[in-house]
Amino acid sequence: MKSALAASGMDEFADLNPDAYTMKFWEAAREHRLVIPECNKCGTFHMPPTGFCHECTSQDLKFTEVPGTGEIYTFTIARHAVIPMLQAVVPYVIAVIAIDGAPGVRMVGNMIDCDMEKLQIGDKVKVVFDDVNEEVTIPRFTLA
Amino acid sequence: MTVKDATAIVGIGRTPYFRRGQSLPLTKVEMACQAIIAACDDAGLSVKDIDGFAYYSGGFDSAWIAQVLGIPEVKFTASLTGGGGGASAAVGLASAGITSGDASVVVSLMTLQQTPDARLGAAFATKGKSAYSAPSTPQMDFVLPSGLFSPGQMMSQLARRHMHLYGTRREAFAEIAISQRDNAIKRSTARFQDPITLEDYFGARMISDPLCLFDYTQENDGAVAVITTSADRAKDLRKPPAYIMAATHGGAGRWGSAYQLMQMPDEYFASSGHREVAKRMYEAAGVTAADVDVALLYDHFSPMVLMQLEDYGFCGIGEGGDFIEAGNIRYGTGSIPVNTHGGNLSEAYVIGMTHVYEAVEQIRGEAVNQVENCQIALSTGGPASIPTSGLLLRR
Ligand SMILES: [Zn+2]
Repeated sequence: MKSALAASGMDEFADLNPDAYTMKFWEAAREHRLVIPECNKCGTFHMPPTGFCHECTSQDLKFTEVPGTGEIYTFTIARHAVIPMLQAVVPYVIAVIAIDGAPGVRMVGNMIDCDMEKLQIGDKVKVVFDDVNEEVTIPRFTLA
Repeated sequence: MTVKDATAIVGIGRTPYFRRGQSLPLTKVEMACQAIIAACDDAGLSVKDIDGFAYYSGGFDSAWIAQVLGIPEVKFTASLTGGGGGASAAVGLASAGITSGDASVVVSLMTLQQTPDARLGAAFATKGKSAYSAPSTPQMDFVLPSGLFSPGQMMSQLARRHMHLYGTRREAFAEIAISQRDNAIKRSTARFQDPITLEDYFGARMISDPLCLFDYTQENDGAVAVITTSADRAKDLRKPPAYIMAATHGGAGRWGSAYQLMQMPDEYFASSGHREVAKRMYEAAGVTAADVDVALLYDHFSPMVLMQLEDYGFCGIGEGGDFIEAGNIRYGTGSIPVNTHGGNLSEAYVIGMTHVYEAVEQIRGEAVNQVENCQIALSTGGPASIPTSGLLLRR
């Protein structure tokens, strides 16, 4: 399903430029699964996906599916449209989410379908898969 | 790594500071050359003495400057990687070019012309007419579809986290904006001359909550150039040398792309990313924060001044809010005067070079808001992606 945020114009910014490592994340998102790269050697998670574990430099990596829950690590409310195309989109919340099941890893995502004036760091959230067009699905978040 | 006291800044020059886009019809190279010529005049050097260029943040086209100004021979031309975080270390790069024996008179320079399609406030936007806009990358695909487009939106994430962890209040950010404006008012070259009250601050438009209009750097045009030479040569020039005690750049590896990707380890997420740079700088100079008489801290956004005060050791980690609210950064009365020129917030924004410029004036004793008996001045570049930078100058 396409979110109201996407419909208001945020969908304009969903053009992806994946590489060999990030492609698997986006393919899983399209299937409404949240996957995070994990090192087979030492168990460290990292984001965005790259060819290496930053802890042990191993290239033996896998994508591990996580529950899609987490908590707000920090956030901002964008009230000013930095480019005119965002005029109908503001205000919107850009949050940094600590992802459950992938220690140390965070994702940047919009908080949607919630009262943005009441959000707090530490609020529990869950992922919402936003099918912005025929090809791209962007993970966003809402209160759990 | 700079060799302590082996080199000095001997000349500073600049164009007027213009409202954004108002420097037209000056071209960027014209602004750059005007600043270079002014810096040479200040030093008592001829433009023909220049034989090196040391930059940051993309640098400038030395070939074109050399051709335009008829520089006899270029012996060193180099730039740091990264963005504005390298500002203060461009001088360190100049110093390295001199102590290595490559060049003898080296220019560091920044020119900024924010025409309507080149506004840094939309630096990361993938659409809309902007010279800074570029298609996303595989990494930025994890950021840009959420509309995280501007440095201010990124810094506000760190600011809110700091507020959460340490109880830092917007009153502290307000004090940074207000004290710097007070400094700017006394300085005729500053672009903003109206005082700000606490009421003005709290009544101001929110841009990226919790940051309001007064937490943001201004947008403007201008060029600043500084000239570095050897300590030996510096002695015979027009102005007292500002000796380079230390200039360091870099950052913790996992600070990395920092607030663009938001994966910094928890222990320094809500920081300026300057801790390693500060430590190496003080060690190289053989001094501590207590020895610094004035701090010119890169102030694209007010909370980053607060976090630098912590990371440069003027107060403890997490204590920046209380430290600032107690009046410690005020010119004339505070324990460490900060941004006596008014900073990016109120004087002008030339991506960190105005801080170097003010540091030199303070060391010479010719600053408008002169700190009494100023022996050591600190100038910084960033927070930014690696590198950030710090510079200590002495009399
Ligand atoms: Zn590993």
